[in-house]
Amino acid sequence: MGLIASFGKYLLFIAEVFRKPERRSVMYRLVVKEVFELGLKSVLFVVFVSLFVGAVVTLQTAANMEGSWMPRYLIGYATRDAVILEFSPTIISLLLAGKIGSNIASSLGTMRVTEQIDALEVMGVNPATYLVRPKIFALIFFNPLLICLSMFVGVIGGWAAGVLTGECSSSEFIDGIQYDFIPFKAVYALIKTVLFAFIIASVSSFHGFYTQGGALEVGRSSTRAVVFSSVLIIVTNYLLTQILLG
Amino acid sequence: MIEVRNIVKSFSENIILNDVSFDYVHGKTNLVIGQSGSGKTVLLKCLLGLYTPDSGSISFNGSDIVVLPTNELKSLRKQVGMVFQGGALFDSLNVEQNVLFPLEMFSDMSREEMLERVNFCLKRVNLENVNYLFPSEISGGMKKRVAIARAIVLNPKYLFCDEPNSGLDPYTAILIDNLLQELTHEYGMTTVINTHDMNSVMEIGENILFIKDGRKIWQGTSQDILIASNQDLQNFVFSSELFKTIKAKSI
Repeated sequence: MGLIASFGKYLLFIAEVFRKPERRSVMYRLVVKEVFELGLKSVLFVVFVSLFVGAVVTLQTAANMEGSWMPRYLIGYATRDAVILEFSPTIISLLLAGKIGSNIASSLGTMRVTEQIDALEVMGVNPATYLVRPKIFALIFFNPLLICLSMFVGVIGGWAAGVLTGECSSSEFIDGIQYDFIPFKAVYALIKTVLFAFIIASVSSFHGFYTQGGALEVGRSSTRAVVFSSVLIIVTNYLLTQILLG
Repeated sequence: MIEVRNIVKSFSENIILNDVSFDYVHGKTNLVIGQSGSGKTVLLKCLLGLYTPDSGSISFNGSDIVVLPTNELKSLRKQVGMVFQGGALFDSLNVEQNVLFPLEMFSDMSREEMLERVNFCLKRVNLENVNYLFPSEISGGMKKRVAIARAIVLNPKYLFCDEPNSGLDPYTAILIDNLLQELTHEYGMTTVINTHDMNSVMEIGENILFIKDGRKIWQGTSQDILIASNQDLQNFVFSSELFKTIKAKSI
């Protein structure tokens, strides 16, 4: 019953977020600010993680193919599919749910307990629209770019690991990543990314926005935001895969 | 004029405000006094529309905010300034941006006019050369003054303050009290201040409401308070030695 009530409250919250903003020009400026705060500040983190995970995927694939009859270009093929289909859109989104989700929930939670959200409301500003909508728009706009970057860097990491360890040659790896490429797989990955971005921004904002109490509750909201976002990403991932690729 | 009639507010089983009725006088500093936990902040949040009373009415110049449609409530809020207990300044904005915020959201002034107004309000609350400091870089008293500057920047008709001098040293507290009273008379605002500071009561209390356990116990002026016979009020006001001495001298 609590879960159903929370879901209803979440839907009402989302309806509130998408009400007409007080000033459109202010909204555009806030979206740009959030792109910087939530998106650009995650670029290095995403690049670092993607580079190493791409490399690990390549090394593991190569290890599994050790002594088999399979051609070495399949290392590139497997790395590409693993990175594009699952690693970049899902795993990076899960990591971002931790990094960005906790940031959103704790900052909104702190604003709530220090009455900054009440101050907005008293001024006649819709706090949900003003604070949350720019975060949702910024992530929906920027996350696909971030995930594309992750895909690219992941494949580069795989290529570097494959070539440097001598598991495959550069041309074998490049042949592999071009082999049987289906563009829809990238589209599927980007569709997932957009939905995951919405989940991270809206669920984390919801938990932060309705924080009650003090510093301890801000921490709890932050944890709840990461847990709920992650669970929803995993479930949505399964459902979307079933619908789009099943 | 703000008219409060028979408001009741409870959270779960807890009745916080019980059948409270009174009027706030226009152009005066109206104080709400009472012990911590007596319901002052809940009363203020009901007046601001942040809490909806279970029953009763709250009228701002005849408009009952309890039943007012959201759009009209939002328009009314543009005439309201609020100074929260902790200031509630936006952490991510500097002093200038905090005061500028209501203007950016609701006024049609040019950027230059807005900045001029911001500087005027900051100067009015005796703050200069702090425009680019962030809330974390200024003292508690300065935060309160920035919050007051932000509250008056749109020339509100109503100013609400929740314990504006709590946590401040006596000197700064008196400065804030005097500033609030000056602004009230200067702008002709209806000012409502929640406090349990008896210095404030004696300094600026033009219309005082005393509540206890969510009930209105007494209403009067700072002169009346010294001779009031209500025992609860007496216990509250004369709990400090200083006020016992003042009473003895006045008698």
